[in-house]
Amino acid sequence: MKLGREEIEHIARLARLGLSEAETERFQSQLSDIMENFDILQEVDTTDILPTAHVIEMENVIRDDKVAPSLPQDEILANAPRQEGGYFRVRAVLE
Amino acid sequence: MKYETVIGLEVHAQLLTRSKMFCGCRTDYADSLPNTHVCPVCLGMPGVLPTINGQAVEYTVMTALALDCTIAVCSKFDRKNYPYPDLMKGYQISQYDVPLSHHGWLEIEVNGRKKRIGITRVHLEEDVAKLLNRTDPSGETYSLVDVNRAGVPLMEIVSEPDLSSPDEARLCLMRLHSLLRYLGVSTGNMEEGSFRCDANISLRSGQQSFPKVEVKNMNSFKSVYLALRYEEERQRKVLEEGGSLVQETRGWDDDKEVTVAQRSKEYAHDYRYFPEPDLPPLILGSEWVEGIRAKLPELPVARRDRFMVQYGLSAYDADLLTSARDSADYFESCLKTSQESRVKSLESPSLPHRTLDSRLQTPDSRLRWRAKAVANWMLGEYLRLLNLETSQESRVKSQESRGGGLQTPESRLQTLKITPEHLAGMLDLIEQGILSTTLAKQVFEEMFHSGRQAAQIVAEKGLTLISGTEEIAAIIDQVLRENARAVADFRGGKEQALKFLVGQVMKATEGRVKPDLVSIQLKEKLG
Repeated sequence: MKLGREEIEHIARLARLGLSEAETERFQSQLSDIMENFDILQEVDTTDILPTAHVIEMENVIRDDKVAPSLPQDEILANAPRQEGGYFRVRAVLE
Repeated sequence: MKYETVIGLEVHAQLLTRSKMFCGCRTDYADSLPNTHVCPVCLGMPGVLPTINGQAVEYTVMTALALDCTIAVCSKFDRKNYPYPDLMKGYQISQYDVPLSHHGWLEIEVNGRKKRIGITRVHLEEDVAKLLNRTDPSGETYSLVDVNRAGVPLMEIVSEPDLSSPDEARLCLMRLHSLLRYLGVSTGNMEEGSFRCDANISLRSGQQSFPKVEVKNMNSFKSVYLALRYEEERQRKVLEEGGSLVQETRGWDDDKEVTVAQRSKEYAHDYRYFPEPDLPPLILGSEWVEGIRAKLPELPVARRDRFMVQYGLSAYDADLLTSARDSADYFESCLKTSQESRVKSLESPSLPHRTLDSRLQTPDSRLRWRAKAVANWMLGEYLRLLNLETSQESRVKSQESRGGGLQTPESRLQTLKITPEHLAGMLDLIEQGILSTTLAKQVFEEMFHSGRQAAQIVAEKGLTLISGTEEIAAIIDQVLRENARAVADFRGGKEQALKFLVGQVMKATEGRVKPDLVSIQLKEKLG
């Protein structure tokens, strides 16, 4: 499956990535290669096989509803580029 | 052209677990400083491992069973990707194609007619962080992020578009709300955002369906109703004026009472769901599910129907009483207590049973009389006094914050001073002919404020009924002497004059006689 230029730009926008002209071209060819590998996988007949959501054979990993300590506020905010009054400060996205 | 309205609801309820959905941070963040209930898991740090909170799964399954949903034997979690500052990880852990449950229904009553509203699915996800929008002195807008709420278990209930009016939507939402509170799985607090509702509304004309609008930002039952009514009308007008509708998201403005188009999150609908690789699938054994089904409490609709059959209550009374578990429990406690007191009073012959009338002679008719009396007091005087108190409180409160959301006086029954024993005690006095219903109001109000027993108040204030026939006769004679004109009127055929005379006797005794008794005696004397 060949990915078009618009698809690459769309994916980049969703991931909030700014791509240069050269990068767009490079990723278009690389992602197309990846998708072509999936095309090969698609050829396998899976009619009687249940869909797999998880590759590890585990189920029901569940914990009890018990409270565990949280981190102190200053540690939580330690990596924040900007903070204000105990909050993370970020640019407004809407309005 | 005639348009039909089509509405579907999407409800999010925070579950009442102690810890978050995928980590051990506390969920009671309401009065906490920002970012104090946060750990690397809910902060979305790389390399952390979320683990499913079993209690949240149980609460969701309980709700799904109460809504007659099919529980998925095997379900899984998925990542819902979208970039927004309220999402720490850039995705929300939710359920996409295999939710915990699906295909249920909820019954509402529309103008006395029962209607089933389909429930598409009930699934489990995590809440997101809270954003506060700010503007700095230079005019630049920014957001403050509080991660305390992120990761709190959130149950999503989606209805089919089976609702055909804003009123039906309101009823359905109230039923859901009362159900969650009955089950004890959510506080249902709308003002605090523990119970949120979005709605999809569109118009239809015959085979033609018009684009639907998603309405958000409604934080009370009233705003859900008003927003949908506004939106229904707005869409109708657009179509009638030859305009065309677009599929969009609109926010309800509570102050202006209008919906406003929201700028949609860019590409928000391209969520690129994929299975959450950190969480293995959930397999719910039928034994486990049946165990939860067996533990379900009696649900509001069943309880309402039982109240009508067992206690002979009207649909209206039964509905109101069972709308909250607290008030239904309170009601039944009053009756239980009264049955106990009845046994006691039968055992002690010293208690008078002077006016036990025919209505009270069989245990069943007595129970029904008591039930009606308890219902009347709870839904009458009780609510009146509670609302009075609430409105006084909210007047003070509204100066601090914007009030007027959901009011549930029933939920305060537990903290009130009149216990079921107190109310039953007062009814005993009425039943035994010691206290009149008229005077009981006075006693009730006193009990409401002081928390004292009825018998105590009655004794102290001398509010017992005058039971001596001679004593009543003397008062009647005096009233007849003082009201010769009315006596003449009555003898002349004016029935109305009797009521006046009864009133005069009531006044002279300060209400301490039974009006029907007075009426009989008056007739005897005048006849």
